Amino acid sequence: MIEFINIEKSFFGVRVLKRVSFAVKPGQTIGLVGENGAGKSTLMNILGGNLRPDAGELRMNGQPYAPQSPRDAERARVAFIHQELNLFANLTIAENIFIGGFPRRVRWLPFIDSRKMYERTRELLREMNLSYAPDTPLERLSAGERQLVEIAKALAFEARLIIFDEPTTSLTVRETERLFAIMGQLRERGISMVYISHSLGHVLKLCDEVVVLRDGAVVGNEPASQFTLERMVSLMVGRAITQIFPKRDTQPASEVALDVRGLAQPGVARAITFQLHCGEILGVSGLMGSGRSELARILFGLDPCAAGDVRLNGELLNGLPPRDRIARGLAFLTEDRRAEGLCMEAAIADNVALVALPRFVRTWARFVSTADSRAAVATIRQAVKLTPSARDEQAVKTLSGGNQQKVVLAKWLLNEPKVFILDEPTRGIDVGAKHEIYRLINELAACGAAVLMISSEVEELIGMCDRILVMGSGEIRDTVEPHQFDRERILRAAIHDGALS
Amino acid sequence: MTAAETPNPPAAPANAWQFVRRGLLSDYLVLWLSVVYFAVLAPFTPGFASESNLQTILAYALPILVVSVGLTLVLIIGGIDLSVTSMIALASVVGGKIMSADEGWLAGNALAIPVGLLAMLLVGATLGAVNGFAVTVCRIPAFIATLTTMMFVSGLAIWFTLSRKIGGLPPNFLLIGQQLWIVAAITGVATWLAHSALARTLYGRWLYAIGHNTRAALVSGVPVQRVIFFTYVVCGLFAGLAAILLTAGLETGNPEMARDNLLDIVGAVVIGGTSLYGGKGRVIGTVFGVLFLALVDNSLNLLGLHFYTITMIKGGVILAAALTDALRNKLLASR
Repeated sequence: MIEFINIEKSFFGVRVLKRVSFAVKPGQTIGLVGENGAGKSTLMNILGGNLRPDAGELRMNGQPYAPQSPRDAERARVAFIHQELNLFANLTIAENIFIGGFPRRVRWLPFIDSRKMYERTRELLREMNLSYAPDTPLERLSAGERQLVEIAKALAFEARLIIFDEPTTSLTVRETERLFAIMGQLRERGISMVYISHSLGHVLKLCDEVVVLRDGAVVGNEPASQFTLERMVSLMVGRAITQIFPKRDTQPASEVALDVRGLAQPGVARAITFQLHCGEILGVSGLMGSGRSELARILFGLDPCAAGDVRLNGELLNGLPPRDRIARGLAFLTEDRRAEGLCMEAAIADNVALVALPRFVRTWARFVSTADSRAAVATIRQAVKLTPSARDEQAVKTLSGGNQQKVVLAKWLLNEPKVFILDEPTRGIDVGAKHEIYRLINELAACGAAVLMISSEVEELIGMCDRILVMGSGEIRDTVEPHQFDRERILRAAIHDGALS
Repeated sequence: MTAAETPNPPAAPANAWQFVRRGLLSDYLVLWLSVVYFAVLAPFTPGFASESNLQTILAYALPILVVSVGLTLVLIIGGIDLSVTSMIALASVVGGKIMSADEGWLAGNALAIPVGLLAMLLVGATLGAVNGFAVTVCRIPAFIATLTTMMFVSGLAIWFTLSRKIGGLPPNFLLIGQQLWIVAAITGVATWLAHSALARTLYGRWLYAIGHNTRAALVSGVPVQRVIFFTYVVCGLFAGLAAILLTAGLETGNPEMARDNLLDIVGAVVIGGTSLYGGKGRVIGTVFGVLFLALVDNSLNLLGLHFYTITMIKGGVILAAALTDALRNKLLASR
């Protein structure tokens, strides 16, 4: 049993945790929800020994518990499974599991007892239903399988409490199901869990009790059966959000903005044909590896394409590099903000201006007009409602996920594109920011832009789109019209082989 | 959150700490350090502050500055060019072989000087293009690509002249390097051009974006490959220009020219605040960095220290600069 008693924490005079108290009973699963910046991660970092509270105390089975480091937490048998997994892709599964303390042949000699290590790893992998040899390099495992290795690592030191921080963001539907099954087993073994997630549906399904944090304070702490989705959201946001997906009054126009015919690339895409109209939001659903992100990359000219035609407003784009497609009015919000969307170390203003820079060139020497670009940045950041507290010259990495995504949107908007390809536009951002991104996407469509929206959240597509394409193994398996919108139909088309009627 | 580790409050009075802090964060830190260094050492070092010595310092520093400015651009895109000094050596002997009155191909011809100058710049630009090609098209890491260029080209320069120096250069060519004001003017224009390109043009913004995140730059429509290639060519061109200044200044085409200067050049750029990780750096910082290293080098020479001692001290200075930069970044992050 773990108790949080009046935990306080401030950074630079800002109180991020305000007298937080709650308890996790043995064998219980607690859902911890709240917007980004509500204090969830800070709280869990205190529990995991990464941070120390300013006031208040933690108790474990009635004894004071004050971990000074992650190692202390491990000794107290508390495991932390991070959002970005803390594993080494270049090492084997067994080495990853025992990296914190290898079994030795002789206690004080630095020789690893491989046999013991492999034997124990084999047992743990069996429990996780993973059929890999212990000496398999981790890089061969999928994101979901790595997650299970991380859990195996927690079991290796007999963790009594496991903290899950957004474990499902990078998992496919199947992997998520598998994770939940494993979590069920853990619960039966009497292991307590804290489950942090933005997927509120999962939280309700998995947890015994839900704790809602807002601005560093507990605003709700009740059994999960007492909650509904709407109530959780309104507690998190502090106001009732009547509709998660804002309504849009406009209808798609008849003219075609993006015309894709017979697109094919061996092993990636096959016979992809669809039309995206002006003012339309076209959803693309599919599991990881279904070819949805690969399609986006081909459309944008980042990946090669063996056959097929892509036309933007009638103009053939085949073979053009991204730069020329951008000039013709294409925009691409990538799945991975950090790796491909933003220069994290660079200033907000520089990031926002990057795409549209050629527009601010004034002289033959290609001097960029600072005044013009500054003015444009100022206008656009209001349009996307970027937090007013962020200064233009501040590094993007200091922003929350939602605001970072607004910077990405702003940088494309500045170039006034006609067709947007949005790959997972709301990944890893909180409810409030999601709502604003949805509103922005709706505004784009209302202004006549065409939007191709790729998402792994089916509800999001159903709530936002005019039509949904379902992809699997590089093909379009189904095209779903609004009157047919149904979560089950879409998932079935995504999972099963062969098109369903 | 890493923000939890704030620096401990200093024991010194708050305003003294503030002063140090402001100094550390200043863009002109290295300039102030140069001034302080000069002021402290001038009384103890015979001849340090004399006019002729200041001219010596400038004559040494200006050609180095030209190469360093070119290298700054390459470091900003997160690259490196280890071959700059070998380019200087090859350009120097090629120029000598064309212009020399003793053995030059165009000895006595009126076109000798213009052709020689052009050829020297061309040697730099071509080798830069080779580096650029290796890095962009062949996707060889810049470190290896330019290291091999360096090895091959320095060998080539020595083979080309059978290890001899080439004398008998035309007097009009020598003027370029003998008259300090001409050297200063050429260096000044080249530096100013690089500075404006970096600070004010589209090209400059693209360089920083590539240095910060190449993939994000590509997705944002930056012609990444072209810009990287062009940057290596420019770096080579600056090396060619430095070769002209050095060859004219030393009156010989020398296949071992600038051989010992590579680490000075990289060091000066880094002291000037340009990051080896890319995305960060300014031409003005490199100017200060070159000035500072030139002052250190010259003063230690005047104090009669051995070459190897000087190298050791310079190594220490560059290390101190790197540490200061790390401290700066920590201060900036906590601000």
